[in-house]
Amino acid sequence: MAEPILQITGLEKTYPGRGAAPPTRALENVDLDIRKGEIFALLGPNGAGKTTLIGAVCGLVRPTGGTIRAFGLDLAKDWRKVRSRIGLVPQEMAVDIFDTVERSINYSRGLFGRPADPARVEQILRSLSLWDKRDAELRMLSGGMKRRVLIAKALAHDPDLLFLDEPTAGVDVELRRDMWKQIDLLRDQGVTIILTTHYIEEAEEMADRVGVIDKGRILLVDDKDAMMKSLGRTEAQFALDVPLHSIPADIARDGLHLADNGMTLCFRGGDGAGGGRESVADIAQTLARLGIRYSAIDIRESSLEDIFVNLVNERPEIAA
Amino acid sequence: MILGFNHRSALAIYKREVARAWRTVFGTIISPVLTTCLYFIVFGAAIGGRMQEVGGIGYGAFIVPGLLLLTLLSESTSNGSFGIYMPRFTGAIYELLSAPVSVAETLVGFVGAAVTKSLIIAGIILLTANLFVDYHIVHPFFAFFYIVLVASAFSLFGFILGLWADGFEKLQMVPLLILTPLTFLGGTFYSIDMLAEPWRTVALFNPIVYLVNGLRWTFFGQADISIGVALGLTLVFLAGCVTAIWWIFKTGWRLRD
Repeated sequence: MAEPILQITGLEKTYPGRGAAPPTRALENVDLDIRKGEIFALLGPNGAGKTTLIGAVCGLVRPTGGTIRAFGLDLAKDWRKVRSRIGLVPQEMAVDIFDTVERSINYSRGLFGRPADPARVEQILRSLSLWDKRDAELRMLSGGMKRRVLIAKALAHDPDLLFLDEPTAGVDVELRRDMWKQIDLLRDQGVTIILTTHYIEEAEEMADRVGVIDKGRILLVDDKDAMMKSLGRTEAQFALDVPLHSIPADIARDGLHLADNGMTLCFRGGDGAGGGRESVADIAQTLARLGIRYSAIDIRESSLEDIFVNLVNERPEIAA
Repeated sequence: MILGFNHRSALAIYKREVARAWRTVFGTIISPVLTTCLYFIVFGAAIGGRMQEVGGIGYGAFIVPGLLLLTLLSESTSNGSFGIYMPRFTGAIYELLSAPVSVAETLVGFVGAAVTKSLIIAGIILLTANLFVDYHIVHPFFAFFYIVLVASAFSLFGFILGLWADGFEKLQMVPLLILTPLTFLGGTFYSIDMLAEPWRTVALFNPIVYLVNGLRWTFFGQADISIGVALGLTLVFLAGCVTAIWWIFKTGWRLRD
């Protein structure tokens, strides 16, 4: 396999304690490889270490241990070359609000050492529907527009690797969909994207691979589909007309049990790749054949959210 | 990149900082002009008439370098400090920290812009002073060089202040509580030779005394302190500021977590 575009090995970050507060270990021995051209979602609750991890790569946080390699270069040594190819969209709206949109983008491009290129800047602004607002001061823009400006600033120097820290935190549904579309477009242009989110829906919708981080540790990294397959489950509930005292032998299988004094037949199983649904269909047909009537079937595939909650909860020593 | 110096980054910062100053151009120009006029009215017209010549120079002309320095110090310090404090305050500093920009490039951009603004103001003050008194600069090139040097040193000092301050109050505190008193007591409006002992000796511990006298020498060819000493101390101060800033960026103090 090709060398990863970003390779993080044994990354550590401990914030020194202040006063009576003990030191905080924000990152613990983090290993992470990012493949070229993928969208990688770093999923974790607030305070899990997502922003610290991004900060360590982008130069905002000084790691206390470990190595970071990007584009085959050591970040500590070749920081200039590495950083000129990385873009960062921060979580907070941190901009000079008196600047105009176009000037702000031109500044970002120059800051990263790229020659002025009005045509490219126009292209970026147009792709983010900001061209009509190019002369507007940032303080005049809506929250959603400001967020697009942050993306435009991060794209101004044509980075190969783009970090988006909670790109859709606090934005409305429409804007979120819009943002996802933008991110997809970027991937089509060959940009490798790492986004952090605590919206599982976002990771599920966007990502090729998902990493789960909690309390500074990476708990799991896998292809999203593989993760769904290995950890995903189908859950079905049959609301029975007449209570059952025991499960009929014809439908007996793993993951089947009765609840609500026999009024509900519950199934939990499968692999998140269709196997579970087949079982449910089989159960339904068998019940019909046995003349066991039911008034409703409630069926659902467990989402990444369930997987995530299970992962975090199954490790009490870190979920405490 | 020219000889390992990323001129585009430095230029981007410089242009942005100059544009920021341009947004407040009215206050930038009006305020030093007004201050200079007020000082000339009070010290030149009202009091100056009763003052005798200082070392053969009319009092009105004598205070020109001091007045220039007074504004130069406060403007350079505040320009230098606000430029870096504001992005720290708003969080916009993330962009600078994530950019492939070295300390040297950062300083050339920020401090260069602050010095530019200070030089424009210095020019305006000299023109304004010319409306009130006739003065002649004996060593004009040396004067220009010295003004650039002082503006650079105090813009760097302001830059450190902007990195150190964690609130607007602290940002104002140093210029207001340290710089202004030292400037007023540093022989801006008088020659320290006019002071009785022990105050004359005490005054020699005030670094501003050397700056004022250095500038005064470039104007009139004479001063209380030798130009060599004044120049040497200014350079030491400048070098100290650069070292401090280099250390700040190296350790990430107040910049990187």
